[in-house]
Amino acid sequence: MERIDLDAADPGFAEALASQPGGERIAACFMCRTCVASCPISAVDRRFHPLRIIRLALYGLKQEVLASDFIWLCSSCYACQERCPQGVKISDFMTLLKNLAVKEGHVPRGIRAQLDLIREHGRIYPIDDFDNKKRNKAGLPSLPTSCDVVAKLA
Amino acid sequence: MNYALFLGCTIPARSRNYEMSARRVAEKVGLSLVDVEEFVCCGFPAKNSDREFSETLGGYNLALAQQRGMDICVLCSSCASALTETAHRLSSDPRARDRVNGRIAAAGLRYDGDVRVRHFARLLLEDVAPETITSRCERDLTDLRVAVHYGCHYLKPSEIYDGFDDVEAPDSVEALLRLAGVDVVDYPSKKMCCGGPVLPVDEKLALAVAHEKLTQLRDAGAEALCLVCPFCSVMYDGNQKGIESEFDESYGLPVLYLTQILGLAMGFGRKELGLNMNVVKTKKLLARYFE
Repeated sequence: MERIDLDAADPGFAEALASQPGGERIAACFMCRTCVASCPISAVDRRFHPLRIIRLALYGLKQEVLASDFIWLCSSCYACQERCPQGVKISDFMTLLKNLAVKEGHVPRGIRAQLDLIREHGRIYPIDDFDNKKRNKAGLPSLPTSCDVVAKLA
Repeated sequence: MNYALFLGCTIPARSRNYEMSARRVAEKVGLSLVDVEEFVCCGFPAKNSDREFSETLGGYNLALAQQRGMDICVLCSSCASALTETAHRLSSDPRARDRVNGRIAAAGLRYDGDVRVRHFARLLLEDVAPETITSRCERDLTDLRVAVHYGCHYLKPSEIYDGFDDVEAPDSVEALLRLAGVDVVDYPSKKMCCGGPVLPVDEKLALAVAHEKLTQLRDAGAEALCLVCPFCSVMYDGNQKGIESEFDESYGLPVLYLTQILGLAMGFGRKELGLNMNVVKTKKLLARYFE
């Protein structure tokens, strides 16, 4: 594990996180590693380590957390959140970090692509005439091939 | 009672077999599903990048159901979790509700917070009498060894799901399979995530997660895997061949939706249940019923 530079810390970061949904209980983490032991991603790839992300955030290492790829490896499976003995909403916390990372311009291409599809078509798999043909053949009703309303909602 | 059928994005485009079989089973047990053309994405795929936008999408869909005076029935577990979570937030957080209502007013809608969202499997358990299900089953499936993958969002976060099943010892899907007479197989990693949400970020990592479970299923002697979510199907059915070649394995494990298995028990034919559309071929597995 690489060294961390506490001089780069943002002292207000942890507090700012604690005031947003998902961040309320992070300071209660007592490093028991139940989250790591429950994590299906940590089990196959040690780069992803929920406890490490929580600690980095508590130390105020904002850039280290938001610019890293690690947070995007969270599968949002809630295994850690369900089991955390301290009531840290770890999955919701990861969602908060990902939202903040996007605001800072850090977003994986695949995630960006999904968001663009929803904003344009209202769904991640737009329906075309060919899809409707296949649906009808299977005895299923047609669906709209365009979606104007979503532009009004964004 | 009528339920607004929320199909989401993945099912109508990529999992028609799930949709076909669910409609058949619903009709057979007397659940009335109503199509709502105006539904858009549930918000789940937008949650990680923009939670507020995700809630706006959810609120829009909830308001459409409210307008029709119906609760929502979902087939996809990700849709279930996103819509249920948004429904909870909008009924408990007036500021969030005001924000969403400010947005969906542009579409002429308003949400007051009283629509219930439930997964199809949960509806079968809670709104259909067990005797109704057993009495509709006419084909004997007692020799079919099926393992269940619950996936994550069908059950979690548990705080939004009123405790309808136990997160650490889930049984609801197996209970339905038992009603249909299926021989349910247990295996160690039953509660493990499919890895699907990581697919757009790191494909190899996502496949590695699914690989674990497929190997355990083979070792447990399962003949088929039963799912309740189309995203999990992308991993275990759609990507099974890719996992086999990536990790030098051989599974050939048919992956069926719960509704396809129930439909099978209820006597429907292969094509009526879209069993010819599953990526891993089901013909050999089901030959005992159709030849």
